[in-house]
Amino acid sequence: MSFQLFQVLTLSMVAVSGTAVVLTRNPKRQVFVAAIYGLLQSILFYALHSPDVALSEIAVGAVALPALTLATLAKLEKSK
Amino acid sequence: MNAAARHVLIILFGLGLLGFLLWGMTGLSPFGQYPGPYGDVLNSVATAERHTLNVVTAINFDYRGFDTLGEEFILFASVAGALLLMRHEQTEQEEACEPHATREPIVGIIDPGASDLTRASAFVFIAAILVFGCYIVLTGHLGVGGGFQGGVILSSAWLLVFLAYGSKPFRQWSNQSALEWFEAAGAGGYALIGCFALFVGGNFLKNVLPLGQTGHLLSSGTIFPISCAVGVEVAAGFVLLYEEFFRALEREQPLRRP
Repeated sequence: MSFQLFQVLTLSMVAVSGTAVVLTRNPKRQVFVAAIYGLLQSILFYALHSPDVALSEIAVGAVALPALTLATLAKLEKSK
Repeated sequence: MNAAARHVLIILFGLGLLGFLLWGMTGLSPFGQYPGPYGDVLNSVATAERHTLNVVTAINFDYRGFDTLGEEFILFASVAGALLLMRHEQTEQEEACEPHATREPIVGIIDPGASDLTRASAFVFIAAILVFGCYIVLTGHLGVGGGFQGGVILSSAWLLVFLAYGSKPFRQWSNQSALEWFEAAGAGGYALIGCFALFVGGNFLKNVLPLGQTGHLLSSGTIFPISCAVGVEVAAGFVLLYEEFFRALEREQPLRRP
């Protein structure tokens, strides 16, 4: 029962943070919100009994993707 | 089209999409229920057949090994494509700028000038990430993880080197040609392990190596070497991507004439 509560909690947190990613209009802030979204998603995958997917999501969604997006943003800002 | 008409259209089509989604959801099986027979069958036979404790890894690198080979080459091709685009741009810029122009010293984004505390704790984290990444790659057949997960975790250590120590140590630890070799060797290694089965009389990617004892590191036949090859390929591919992106940052530095 408590594990189901955990699942419901993480599902709603992913829904909230996913909406937050869309509503954040400043790209630099959006990167960090998206990183949190990736982190919450990996917790959700863990809650849904798929730890293998959670491990890839935590490394790709919360680390690699924000880093590359930040680098791209920095480059765009400089070339202006 | 004016703004009001666009809003009407988006609400109309949004409601239509919502209707279709809700309609589709009524046909789904209840939460947590699995209707297909395939997963249940594999769950009951995979450990006995392949001597691996992680059925997900067994599916990825053995039962569905051919699909994973395709995914492997998707990653390989996308890294190669990204590098191709960015290096093309690099040569264009080098041709465009004057030969005597020198670059400004790189500060700010490239060399963050991190504090001693950041550098010291980054060292601890880098060591821990490397050990954890190797562990995840090597024990994919015994528990959670496998080549892809471990490879991405390993590559994040390089990211931390860049963030804490700046671009110069990062460059020293990410030799492009060595990384390209590792990436190609990882991707090719997977295909070669598959071909190895052909030479001993099986189908492509058949698990022909001795299965060993369940729970031991050297067990599960070809799953273990394939996982290691994937780990090397993914780690090298991601570090190559980081390297190219950060190099692009330095290229954008304004040029100063001597």
